[in-house]
Amino acid sequence: MSLANTFYNTLVRRNSVFVPTIFAGAFAFSIGFDLGITKFWDSWNKGKQWQDIRSKYVEQD
Amino acid sequence: MSNKDYYGGGQQQYYPPQGPPPGQGGYYPQQPQQAYGQQPYGQPYGQPYQPQPPPQTVYVLPAGALKNVAALPGARSTTLNAARSLPRVRFASTSSTSSGAFESFANSRATLASATLLTVGSVAWYANLYGTLPFIGEVHANSPAEEGLHPAHYPWSHSGWFDSFDHASIRRGYQVYREVCAACHSLDRIAWRNLVGVSHTVDEVKAMAEEVEYEDGPSDQGEMFQRPGKLSDYMPPPYPNEEAARASNQGALPPDLSLIVKARHGGADYIFSLLTGYRDPPAGFEIREGMNYNPYFPGNAISMARVLFDGLVEYDDGTPATTSQMAKDVVTFLHWAAEPEHDERKKAGLKAVILFSTLTAISLYIKRFKWSVVKTRKIQYNPPVSKH
Repeated sequence: MSLANTFYNTLVRRNSVFVPTIFAGAFAFSIGFDLGITKFWDSWNKGKQWQDIRSKYVEQD
Repeated sequence: MSNKDYYGGGQQQYYPPQGPPPGQGGYYPQQPQQAYGQQPYGQPYGQPYQPQPPPQTVYVLPAGALKNVAALPGARSTTLNAARSLPRVRFASTSSTSSGAFESFANSRATLASATLLTVGSVAWYANLYGTLPFIGEVHANSPAEEGLHPAHYPWSHSGWFDSFDHASIRRGYQVYREVCAACHSLDRIAWRNLVGVSHTVDEVKAMAEEVEYEDGPSDQGEMFQRPGKLSDYMPPPYPNEEAARASNQGALPPDLSLIVKARHGGADYIFSLLTGYRDPPAGFEIREGMNYNPYFPGNAISMARVLFDGLVEYDDGTPATTSQMAKDVVTFLHWAAEPEHDERKKAGLKAVILFSTLTAISLYIKRFKWSVVKTRKIQYNPPVSKH
């Protein structure tokens, strides 16, 4: 309960704090979510993507 | 409709009330006193309403009572004879006779839903397995041979929900296309720049493009001139126009391969089966001069001869160039050519499914949270006091 009170008093009580909190939270979440999905995608498709085989061909030049 | 209907009808009711029920302080049945969020209020979804057993609980119209009202007059909502003759069969579960238990099982919504699900599911399973609905005959103008053999499904490395293309295979497939297919088939919608970062480095693609001469112009003197290719140029066609293509192929037009995986029924499986499916025609199959037998091609006679043979190309990554390996690689390349957005699409789809399912779950929770007040509301009816 004290955690909820702290959350309310620090972030929700003033609209000038609340709105930037939402914006910053959305920004941070989108970056974190993208990073997480990309990490999963790259590990799932390990060795199949161009970034995995690129090193074999750029060093020739 | 009488008052009986409003009070749950089938039960014996007392009117006016006979005082509070034993063990309770008022006219209301005992209510759970949990806070929000621990347990859903009201009736759980999908279960029939079970009335409270004490006969003294009158004046209370709990949530779900309207379902009783709808079900009681003649049992309109069901066609079972047993239910029609026994309007109180809904409450038969309170009696302990075996026939009552069986009837409540036979008339329950869960039984109806599961029987419906079983029927629909078995018909759908049959239709998926055999292609037609059961017990319904069909007439086809074409024989199966005229429509071509149905290709088997092959385990492509990119066929899963989260699977990207195998880009090494795309690179080998481009080599097969360039050395074999490009002699007759164009690839109009793919530019050199599309290969950059997919199967080749930018320097490799520049070198490949410069080997091809493109007509450009007009120049300052108003004349067209030839120049080496650039990254923005599209793949050079083998024939200048359709007539030249037909004239060189006994009247048959080699189709453009840019979207061929999307353009053919069966997609990648069909093209792989076609490329590897050449064989001698069966006895009695008449085939014209210059045509070739292929069971996967509609009509089974195709102008294109078999082109892929073991060792036809030499892969620079050392992969053995068998017929099926080349066919798999070139089909992967053509699949990429038809759907260059494939990898990004699946990745974005994964994000969208996660986000939208989360938002849907939050929306459903908030809906139930907000409606819990309405769903658990009790309506109390005070009858007019008799004046005499």
